[in-house]
Amino acid sequence: MDEMDDNLTESAPAAGARATVTPAAGGAEVVARDVDLFYGDHQALFDVSLDMPANKVTALIGPSGCGKSTFLRCINRMNDRIAGCRHTGSITLDGQDVDTQIDEYLLRTRVGMVFQRPNPFPLSIFDNVAYGPRRHGKPSREALRQTVQRCLERVGLWDEVKDDLKKSGLGLSGGQQQRLCIARTLAVDPQVLLMDEPTSALDPISTSLVEDLMSDLASDHTVIVVTHNMQQATRVSDYTAFFYMGKLVETAPTTELFSRPKEKQTEDYLTGRFS
Amino acid sequence: MTRSDKAATNAADAAPRAGAQTGATRAASAMDADTAASMARRARRSDHVATGVLAVLVGVVCLLTVAMVVYILASGGTKMLDWSFLTSNPSDGGIGPEIFNSFYLLFLTLLISLPLSLGAAIFLTQYAPSGPVTTCIKTIIEVLSSLPSIVVGLFGFLVFVIKFGWQFSIIAGACALTMFNLPIMVRVIQQALEAVPRGQRDAGLAMGLTRWETTIHVLIPSAIPAIVTGVILSAGRVFGEAAALIYTAGQSAPAIDFTNFDITSASCPWNVFRPAETLAVHIWKLNSESVVTDAAAISAGTAAFLVACILVFNILARIIGRALEKKVTAA
Ligand SMILES: Nc1ncnc2c1ncn2[C@@H]1O[C@H](COP(=O)(O)OP(=O)(O)OP(=O)(O)O)[C@@H](O)[C@H]1O
Ligand SMILES: [Mg+2]
Repeated sequence: MDEMDDNLTESAPAAGARATVTPAAGGAEVVARDVDLFYGDHQALFDVSLDMPANKVTALIGPSGCGKSTFLRCINRMNDRIAGCRHTGSITLDGQDVDTQIDEYLLRTRVGMVFQRPNPFPLSIFDNVAYGPRRHGKPSREALRQTVQRCLERVGLWDEVKDDLKKSGLGLSGGQQQRLCIARTLAVDPQVLLMDEPTSALDPISTSLVEDLMSDLASDHTVIVVTHNMQQATRVSDYTAFFYMGKLVETAPTTELFSRPKEKQTEDYLTGRFS
Repeated sequence: MTRSDKAATNAADAAPRAGAQTGATRAASAMDADTAASMARRARRSDHVATGVLAVLVGVVCLLTVAMVVYILASGGTKMLDWSFLTSNPSDGGIGPEIFNSFYLLFLTLLISLPLSLGAAIFLTQYAPSGPVTTCIKTIIEVLSSLPSIVVGLFGFLVFVIKFGWQFSIIAGACALTMFNLPIMVRVIQQALEAVPRGQRDAGLAMGLTRWETTIHVLIPSAIPAIVTGVILSAGRVFGEAAALIYTAGQSAPAIDFTNFDITSASCPWNVFRPAETLAVHIWKLNSESVVTDAAAISAGTAAFLVACILVFNILARIIGRALEKKVTAA
């Protein structure tokens, strides 16, 4: 074990680690155009058009049930498996239509997702992170080790778990599990990270660790985060989009939206005048 | 109720009410404090009564069960610990072949029913579209699980023994036991798979895994502790089954010879086409048509051994289940 650590710290993680999957040249721009979405007869999104620029954090806010998660799931096509769910309009990733021009399973390696409840696989910490690279390529053992270390370091978990890589991921604390899930997603070098209320099940310290991580990840990923926490949106995001009853009401750079909302509905929501 | 009890009650009452108020529910504070206190007292009293009644009921059930097990073990205990009894042939008053037959039959049954039930449970939980056909299949499985075992046995007799011409044989017995065991195993595995948190499945899909990969790599490993526990417990049931076997595996236990590897010979232990009386069937036969003199003692010894085996199964199920659980979640 020790020997392995030495090897890892000496060789720069960048070179071999990325060899497993095509290197991502940073984030990709995600653009939604005229998206109408239906669950059976129930329309959940109305004509949503939104630009989510590359290498920025876009926050989606709005009251419960307004369609934030639904919109997020369109981007990695997790809605496909919900019976009766269909949408019109288009969502593109660097100009490629996610529904027609990219394979469903490949799409999900380019667009990673982090959930509200941490959901590590019932595997060891190492295997959790190594899962994606193994599944989507044939990495050498050494490359795999480096990927795992690089991803765990990126999420600030390496020092906490480097001696316990063989232990089950489910034995970690909630906050550690969530960072492990982020590391697992990073291991396949996604361009876009979708996060659906990633901190709402975490304690304040873990929350702030994950928030810092979001800002850091935005340097080479497009981060799209759903949050119910207004402070969090102002702390981490560059752009904010306000949804209400399935419609995109307003979108603007975060500081602008919070200080000078243009729409009355946005202002009411931000000042807590309705919920 | 003593003074200190009352103080504790009040303190306990106060805490949630304070919480409720901050939670923006005004109802609690509007309610008259005395009324609230007396209602809490009444609720507490009925809680005590219910706890007491339940404890007595559970006590009676436990006592009966323990008494039965202890009686069976005690009346056959000395016989059971006699090595020659456990190894000799029935003609010499032993149960050697019956013990082997029981385990071999159990093994064959699991060999057939485990893959079948695993497949069925995966299909029903992961793939089957919810609709009338699926509901119908689930109902059939449930009906099958409540079939009386003698009916299963006679069905097996007609189909496997007569129609397929297998005669009274281990394989006919194993097939009958599979019919008897399958519904229970499917239920157990289905429940284990359904208990895996939805988030795990989402995680797999979001990682670009197909449904099959998610099932094999994520769901099954999460469910394995529950599956193993369920399978061992159902093994206990199968092990003690008699009615389904009387007319399928048969009621005779020809002497077996462990040096005989000719699988067509009746004395080869691994021959699946030889008749094979099990422990439970042996007990039934001893008590219904005993020809030997000390039938009662032999029957008691056999029963004790059977119960001991099933106890071991249950303990094993716990230990293994817990160990696997720990392996999956921590360690
Ligand atoms: N699987 C589904 N089937 C049918 N309707 C759904 C489904 N998921 C969501 N909906 C409906 O779509 C609408 C938007 O739900 P969604 O989960 O996207 O809201 P949300 O903004 O994420 O809310 P929250 O903040 O509570 O997570 C709601 O009216 C909801 O009832
Ligand atoms: Mg949501």
